[in-house]
Amino acid sequence: MRITQGTFSYLPDFTDEQIEAQVQYCLDNGWPLLIEYTDDPHPRNILWEMWGMPMFDIKDPAAIMLELNACRKELPRHYIRISGYDRSLGRASTMLSIIVNRPPEEPGFHLEREGGPDRQVRYTLRSYAADKQGGERYQ
Amino acid sequence: MTSPARAGRQAATSDEARASEQAEASSAHSASVEPVDVSATYMDSNVPALLDELDSQLVGLKPVKERVREIASLLLIARLRERVGLETERPTLHMSFTGRAGTGKTTVAMRMATILHHLGYIRKGHLVVATRDDLVGQYVGHTAPKTKEVLKKAMGGVLFIDEAYYLYRPENERDYGQEAIEMLLTVMENNRDDIVVVLAGYKERMETFFHSNPGFHSRVAHHLDFPDYSVDELMAIADLMLEHQHYRLDDDARQAFREYLERRIPQPHFANARSVRNALDRAKLRQASRLVRNGGVVTSDELARIDESDVRQSRLFAEPPPPAPTQEPSAARV
Repeated sequence: MRITQGTFSYLPDFTDEQIEAQVQYCLDNGWPLLIEYTDDPHPRNILWEMWGMPMFDIKDPAAIMLELNACRKELPRHYIRISGYDRSLGRASTMLSIIVNRPPEEPGFHLEREGGPDRQVRYTLRSYAADKQGGERYQ
Repeated sequence: MTSPARAGRQAATSDEARASEQAEASSAHSASVEPVDVSATYMDSNVPALLDELDSQLVGLKPVKERVREIASLLLIARLRERVGLETERPTLHMSFTGRAGTGKTTVAMRMATILHHLGYIRKGHLVVATRDDLVGQYVGHTAPKTKEVLKKAMGGVLFIDEAYYLYRPENERDYGQEAIEMLLTVMENNRDDIVVVLAGYKERMETFFHSNPGFHSRVAHHLDFPDYSVDELMAIADLMLEHQHYRLDDDARQAFREYLERRIPQPHFANARSVRNALDRAKLRQASRLVRNGGVVTSDELARIDESDVRQSRLFAEPPPPAPTQEPSAARV
């Protein structure tokens, strides 16, 4: 099941040129960018691991692409996303977040039903990939 | 999850892509027959204005200006070739600027960045100045991220490494400079489209540096040597600087300043244009204190005028004149 999170995730995956154009848009707005990755794509897992430091004072998308390609090379089977962060007063939030790399196979989620007292049912999601321990998922 | 709608959309986009590819191919084909107007492209590119500015605002530096012109023409032709569909390999533009202190290396690098930007060779046209401190770390594993950070900031523009020979310290085997050099070399090779690296420093030491790092020598295509300024050129520089700051030397002060320069040039730590600027700053200081001391009512002309006494108070005039008169400063100082 294809994971849809963040910006443009219902569109086909972006090509590098399209990613570069989005990065350029962030830079034009003065948003620093950061690269994050994870192998646990649960929708509630919002804090992914960071790849290096947030990138301030960058003028050209080539620099971001350099880091992104390094990250893809190291973690080809992880989810990788690029986020643009607006640090201005009153905003201070992530403005754009695109998944730029995903594993070739995404097994999706299992919907777990938990029976409670009085025939109550509680639902929870569990990623099939998360059955294995971190680092061994999506092999 | 794959809906028929999405499949349809993908098919549509691939169709479009194919169509646009065909259109591009046909336009490239038709353009190859059409002649291109070199002079019109040249005038449109904003480069003539920049080159004129370089000529009028920088005194002397003939060989450098010529080289900048050559590079500009090369890039212009490369662009035209591209337009008519001729295969053009992107020229390598990493440069080395050698010359003494104050000969305008940084200034030219800044102009170069603007020119390259206007010719579409680099995308942003900013200049990042770095020295050894910005590139080399203090402990193991500190250098690579530091160098990378600087390189990333400079992408799309020009990275100017001042006194590049300090990166390489042969006397210390465990120096981290080598790591920075290797990283620079990789990026200079692999990201040629994204960055132009300019190495700058004194001529002799740069030559030793290139000699001990052959990788650099082969990756740097253009070696520009910045000659020392003659006294006349230094006077022209002084005039230019004062004009920008709305000051002027009167005739006696001009003569005094020329004498000052003749005395200053053979002295140690003479830094060409920078020394001129410092001398002028001191003269302005003396002019200000003279005006305050005298008090009274002064005209605006008086506020702009630097007189002989302002220049003559320099400590250089307290000493006896140099033994040999120096007509050719560069010859006298080698």
